[in-house]
Amino acid sequence: MSFLVLDSIKKSFGQTQVVKDFHMAIEKGEFVSFLGPSGCGKTTILRMIAGFETPSDGVISIAGKNQNGLKTSQRNIGMVFQAYALFPNMSVFDNVAFGLKVAGQPKSEIEKRVKEMLKLIHLEHLADRYPYQLSGGQQQRVALARALAPKPQVLLLDEPLSALDAKIRVSLREEIRQIQRQLGITTVFVTHDQEEALSISDRIVVMNAGRADQIGTPSDIYNRPATRFVASFVGTLNIIDAIVEDPAANTIRIGENVIKLREPIGALKGGDQVSIALRPEAGSLNESATGDTALTGKVVSSQFLGSVVRTRFEVGGNQISFDMFNAPDKILPQLGETVTLRFAASDLLLIKD
Amino acid sequence: MKTSKFLAWLAIAIGVIYFFIPLLGTFEFSLRMRRGEYSLDAYGSVFSDVQFQQTFGFSILMALFTIVFGMLLVVPTAYWVRLRLPQMRPVLEFITLMPLVIPAIVIVFGYLRLYNSSSYIPFTGSIFGTNVLLVMSYITLSLPYMYRSVDTAMRTIDVRTLTEAAEILGAKWPTILFRCIFPNVMSGVLSGAFITFAIVIGEFTMASLLDRPAFGPYLQLVGANKAYEPSALAIIAFAITWLSMGLLQLVSRFSKLAPSKA
Repeated sequence: MSFLVLDSIKKSFGQTQVVKDFHMAIEKGEFVSFLGPSGCGKTTILRMIAGFETPSDGVISIAGKNQNGLKTSQRNIGMVFQAYALFPNMSVFDNVAFGLKVAGQPKSEIEKRVKEMLKLIHLEHLADRYPYQLSGGQQQRVALARALAPKPQVLLLDEPLSALDAKIRVSLREEIRQIQRQLGITTVFVTHDQEEALSISDRIVVMNAGRADQIGTPSDIYNRPATRFVASFVGTLNIIDAIVEDPAANTIRIGENVIKLREPIGALKGGDQVSIALRPEAGSLNESATGDTALTGKVVSSQFLGSVVRTRFEVGGNQISFDMFNAPDKILPQLGETVTLRFAASDLLLIKD
Repeated sequence: MKTSKFLAWLAIAIGVIYFFIPLLGTFEFSLRMRRGEYSLDAYGSVFSDVQFQQTFGFSILMALFTIVFGMLLVVPTAYWVRLRLPQMRPVLEFITLMPLVIPAIVIVFGYLRLYNSSSYIPFTGSIFGTNVLLVMSYITLSLPYMYRSVDTAMRTIDVRTLTEAAEILGAKWPTILFRCIFPNVMSGVLSGAFITFAIVIGEFTMASLLDRPAFGPYLQLVGANKAYEPSALAIIAFAITWLSMGLLQLVSRFSKLAPSKA
C-alpha cells in the first residue's frame, strides 16, 4: 500500500473550485514535485496535506491513517516555507530545537538531535546566530533542519528556493535532494520552476487548473507530454499545426512536407487539423545527419545564445525553433536560407488537448 | 535654499520658545517657595505629602493593571484579526479610534448609568468594583494607542507563516502566541505600555467622576489650594511623561537593531 494517498481530493473556495478530483499515491521515500503555474492548485494540495486547509471532499491518508480529522499539530509533518518562517526571536539552535521542545523531549536528546541536524546542513558553527544574521540560503537550510528535527513522516517543501538567487538555488536543491535520499523521507515539493522539478524529482505532477494533467517521471514528462499544456509548460517546445494527409498511412502534411508519424493518428479523417510537438534540440541541420524524417523551410532568425545557437525557420505557416550547440567554427544559418531539419519520426509527438 | 533653511530654523526657534518658556517659568516659580532664594522646598513638600504618595502609588498600580489587561485584550485581538479576519481590520480600527472622538466625560457618564449600584452589573457598588471599572475605562482610553502600536509591530512580521510554521512543528495556541508571536511584537507592546502609563498617570476625568484617589484629581486639588506645589507637580508630571517617551524611544531603537522580518 502507498504511503501518502490523496484520494478524490476536491477543494473549493466559495464558488471557485481550485482542486478538482485529485488522485495520487506516493510511495515511502519518494520525492514528488508538483509543477504548475500560479493558481493551478498545487500549493492548495500541499496545504491540505499539512492540514492548513480542509478538503471539500476526499481523503488524505498517511501510512494508512486518515488525516482528515487531525489538526496540523497532530500530523507529524515537516514543512519548509518560501519565506523561511524562522522565528526571529530565537537563535538557530532554538529554531531547530523548537519542535522537539514542543514535543516535550528531554534536554539531552534535544541537544543531540539539534547538533545532528546542524551537522547535516553544515551550519554547526552558526548555532548561536539569529535568523537576521544569516543569508537567505543559510536561513532556508536552518528551516530545513528545523522541519526535519522532529523526524516527520512526510516533508513538504513549499517553493523553498523561490526567494534565493540563481546560484544558491542550484546548490541548495542538490543539497535538499541529497539529504532527502540520505534520510529516505517521503517528500512533496511544490514549484513553478520546471528545471527544479526535472532535476530533483522521482516523479512530477504537472498541475493545470486544479487537475493533474500528467503524473510521471521527469523523463516521461519532458519527452512524452500527455497534453498540449504539459508540452508547452515543461521545456521549450514547438507546437506545429498540421493536416492529416492519409489516416490509413498515418501521414500528416506540414506545408509541402509529408511526414509519417510513429504514433497512430486514431479516429481522425483526411484533412482534419492536428497538432504535433517537436523539441528544439531534436535532430540536426547537418546534411549527413541520420533521421528518417525531414522538414524543409526558410530561416527567419538565427540567435547566438552562448552555449547554443537558436535558429527559427518557417514551414507551412509554423515557425519552428531549432537549437544546436555552439562551436567556434560554427557558421550560423543566414536569413532567408533554405534549411532542412532531419530527425527521427519518433521525436514527433501527437498532442491531445 | 539659504532663506528656506533660515525659515526652518526660525520655525523651530518659535516652537521651542513657545513650548519651553512656560515650562521654564513654571520650573522657576516652583523653586521660589523660600522667600528671596531658590530652593527645592516645593518638591520636598510634594514628596513628603502622604496624599501624593498614596495617589501616585494608586495611579501607578492602575496603570500597571491597565497595561497588563489591555495587552491581554489587544495582542490576541490584533493577532486574530491579522490571521483569520483581515476583512475586519477597518471595523476594528474604527472601534479603537472611538475613544479619541468621544469625550472622556461622556464615556464615564455612560459607565455610571450602565454600572451604577442599582444596575444589573453594579461595579460602582464596591471599592473593588469601582477600581475594576476605572481600569476598564483606562483600557478604553488607551485603546487607540495600544492597538496601533501592537498592530504596527505585527505588520513587521509574517504572522500567518510564523503561526503555520509553529503549528506544523506541533505547537498549540498558547505556545504559538506567547513564544512565537508575543516576543516578536514586544517593541510594539512596550511602546503601547509607555504611552498608556503616561496617559493613566495624569488622567483626571474618569478617576474624579468615579471618585477614586488617583494622581489626576490630586493634581487638581493641590492646584486649587496651594501656590508653589502645583508648579512642582506639573514639572514632576512632565518628567514622568518624558521618561516614558524616552524609554519608548529606547525600545524602538533596540527593536531596530533586532530582526523584524520573518
